[in-house]
Amino acid sequence: MDKTIKTSRRTFLKGSVAIAGASVAGGAAASEADPLITEVQEWASATGVGVDETPYGMPISFEKDVVRRNVEWLTASPISSINFTPIHALDGTITPQGCAFERHHSGAIELRKEDFRLMINGLVDRPLVFSYQDLERFPRENHIYFCECAANTGMEWAGAQLNGAQFTHGMIHNMEYTGVPLRTLLHEAGLGSANDLKNKWVYVEGADASSNGRSIPMEKALDDVLVAFKANGEALRMEHGYPVRLVVPGWEGNMWIKWLRRIEVTDAAVESREETSKYTDVYEDGTARKWTWVMDAKSVITTPSPQMPIDHTRGPMVISGLAWSGHGQITRVDVSKDGGITWETARLGKQGDTKALTRFYLDTEWTGEPMLLQSRAMDETGYVQPTKQQLRDSRGENSVYHNNCIQTWYVDENGVVENVEVS
Amino acid sequence: MGSSRMSKSLSQIVLPVAGGTALALSVALVVANLDYGRSKISSLEQRVEQTSLQAEAARNKASEEAAVVAELKAKVAEIQLAAIENATGGTNLTENAPRKDIAYGLGRAALTEEITAWDVDVLPDGRGLPEGRGDVFTGEEVFAEKCASCHGDFAEGVDNWPVLAGGFDTLADKDPVKTVGSYWPYLSTVWDYVHRSMPFGEAQTLTPDETYAIVAYILYSNDMVDDEFELSHENFPDIEMYNTGGFVIDDRPDREYTRWRGEPCMKNCKSAVEITMRATFLDVTPDEGGESRMDHTASENTPTFVASTDSTNTSVETETLEISALETDPAVVLAGEKVFKKCKACHAVGAGAKNKSGPQLNDLMGRMMGSVDGFKYSKAFKAAMEEGRVWNDAELAAFLAKPKAYMKGTRMSFAGIKKEKDLTAIIEFLRTTSN
Repeated sequence: MDKTIKTSRRTFLKGSVAIAGASVAGGAAASEADPLITEVQEWASATGVGVDETPYGMPISFEKDVVRRNVEWLTASPISSINFTPIHALDGTITPQGCAFERHHSGAIELRKEDFRLMINGLVDRPLVFSYQDLERFPRENHIYFCECAANTGMEWAGAQLNGAQFTHGMIHNMEYTGVPLRTLLHEAGLGSANDLKNKWVYVEGADASSNGRSIPMEKALDDVLVAFKANGEALRMEHGYPVRLVVPGWEGNMWIKWLRRIEVTDAAVESREETSKYTDVYEDGTARKWTWVMDAKSVITTPSPQMPIDHTRGPMVISGLAWSGHGQITRVDVSKDGGITWETARLGKQGDTKALTRFYLDTEWTGEPMLLQSRAMDETGYVQPTKQQLRDSRGENSVYHNNCIQTWYVDENGVVENVEVS
Repeated sequence: MGSSRMSKSLSQIVLPVAGGTALALSVALVVANLDYGRSKISSLEQRVEQTSLQAEAARNKASEEAAVVAELKAKVAEIQLAAIENATGGTNLTENAPRKDIAYGLGRAALTEEITAWDVDVLPDGRGLPEGRGDVFTGEEVFAEKCASCHGDFAEGVDNWPVLAGGFDTLADKDPVKTVGSYWPYLSTVWDYVHRSMPFGEAQTLTPDETYAIVAYILYSNDMVDDEFELSHENFPDIEMYNTGGFVIDDRPDREYTRWRGEPCMKNCKSAVEITMRATFLDVTPDEGGESRMDHTASENTPTFVASTDSTNTSVETETLEISALETDPAVVLAGEKVFKKCKACHAVGAGAKNKSGPQLNDLMGRMMGSVDGFKYSKAFKAAMEEGRVWNDAELAAFLAKPKAYMKGTRMSFAGIKKEKDLTAIIEFLRTTSN
């Protein structure tokens, strides 16, 4: 048994620096000259590929594993399913569109800009229909926001299940959106008919077969909701709602209606399937909580993590991760190497944007001793990311959604990382 | 504003200089005219005076140029100052889109028939429901035709597809069964969802009457109405849902936010930490494909972390629990058991294994295909049994590699096992399973 494990580890470490042999901190002295330096390599002699080889570039082949992945047993069909962003392999904060997680209820559809229509009706003065071109004529804004599925980390309520940050925390992406504020469109249709806006709602609905629809309180609709048509500078991808999706900053991803086709001002929540039977949290006593729209402060260490074991010698190492809060800015992230006994404050890559991913780093040493890595985010409201136990004590284990607990990675003396729960 | 003020003050500096030059020049001309014809002795004095006047003119020109330079410098400073003012909240050049209450005049009026076509949502009080009716008997037929392939003939759910019936009083259990009957708070949601988003792959094709009939049947399958029942827009508001009162509005602000704010603990926050659960024991993480760096192998010993007295370092105790491995079984069977975890949601093996959404797999090798008692096989497997086909290594390997290609029409929704090693392992494992 022991032997098998060692062999498999050696195989998986093949090509990287052998950890067991390397006890010296930092780089070991080279015993013979590196042929990559002393010999002329092919790429340094022959020419490379010309321009236009790939009119729209894909990542280099060596990065082919940095892709979205699906957990088959989670859902009955990939058409009504979800996959996960490879957050373990990314750095910075912006998620490239091509590897940003997808969640469809009836599959991703191909909707041409020419066939796009957006209707505003209900309690408005002038029910209107906009074309795609109309939207581009309203003053527009650019904002970076995270979009997190309410079910992110949902498989971890009852225990440590999935071995990888991609699978435990990958139902999230962070993009720069270009779009028109929803309030601009609401004012275009006129809110006089709605009278007192306090108890009014905006029901938003998609054009795909699932016709996914959600009720958003008017206060939020008039605040920071965007009707977006670009992400990271280019058109939205089909899987993210091309040509137009809703961006509901800080709120659960299900409300970010894709292929947006209708906005209805109502005097009550529609109580659609996705806001009653789904995306509601069952407490321990069987009572369920609804309208839990805001995604609370949360963080996760992306390296090291189960898919990103430590593959270097002892000495300098960077622990890195992501933090975010639907309530605003991340103000601080602490990191523990001993399962929460001692904490150190990490360095934020840059001042946290509101309702957007913040990158954190702990520049530290790999001593070769086992670690229980945790990260703990704090946001501008002073809220501190809870432990899994705190969440369970408050809600039980049957919530499914809105799990923002502190994640623990166990790093063994070989640098191998595993998803665990701790006392 | 600032710009005009600055240039005004600059003119005040420049004008006296220019005026002074003009005055000096005119004085020089007058002096020249008066003294013309005087003795040559005085002409020397005159030349001296002229020279000094020329010198003064040159001096004046120089100071004029200096004034221009000063003006340019002041303008640069002025622009810089304006930029600082902008940056610090004066005129913001990076403002968001304007908040205007007036219309831009974009878009066109929505026509009544367009609104009718798209605005079909139904609210809890029944607003939005079209007129119509449908009874349980009709509903059963429509359901069998359009819904049962995923939701089961009795709304019990096939595979991972949603269960629509039963589950009453399970919401406080470890695994609540959330169905239309046990969980959904409003009947309007059922009608709206069935009418707008179902059937899967053929959404928005059901007539209002068909929808009323299907909803009536779902109520019947939940024992909420009897088999004579007919649902219509008229009696719709009379139906009471079991869990209408089961929801509270987001109570996190009081329940959690107030308690979870404040300065968190940084040192000696716990006395000791132990690992209580490990993901590799479950091993339900999918294979990554490609060059995986994930190690699914669990190491045997995990440490306990203890807070040290000097609170600067945490000591690690290496003494730990011993994980009992099934060392007696061949490694391949073990590996196969791991692969089988993909199948466990639908198939049971071992002592007392019962049929789940897939048949139990004890003593599979040598077993006739489609032959497990009490399991409702697809037509494809029924045909295989009639042909007398039997499970063996080759058949099983072909089936598990590409289930839908091997057995066209099988209800097993599983993409197949791609790795040769995994196929071999799971077959070895299935060879060992019996009651």
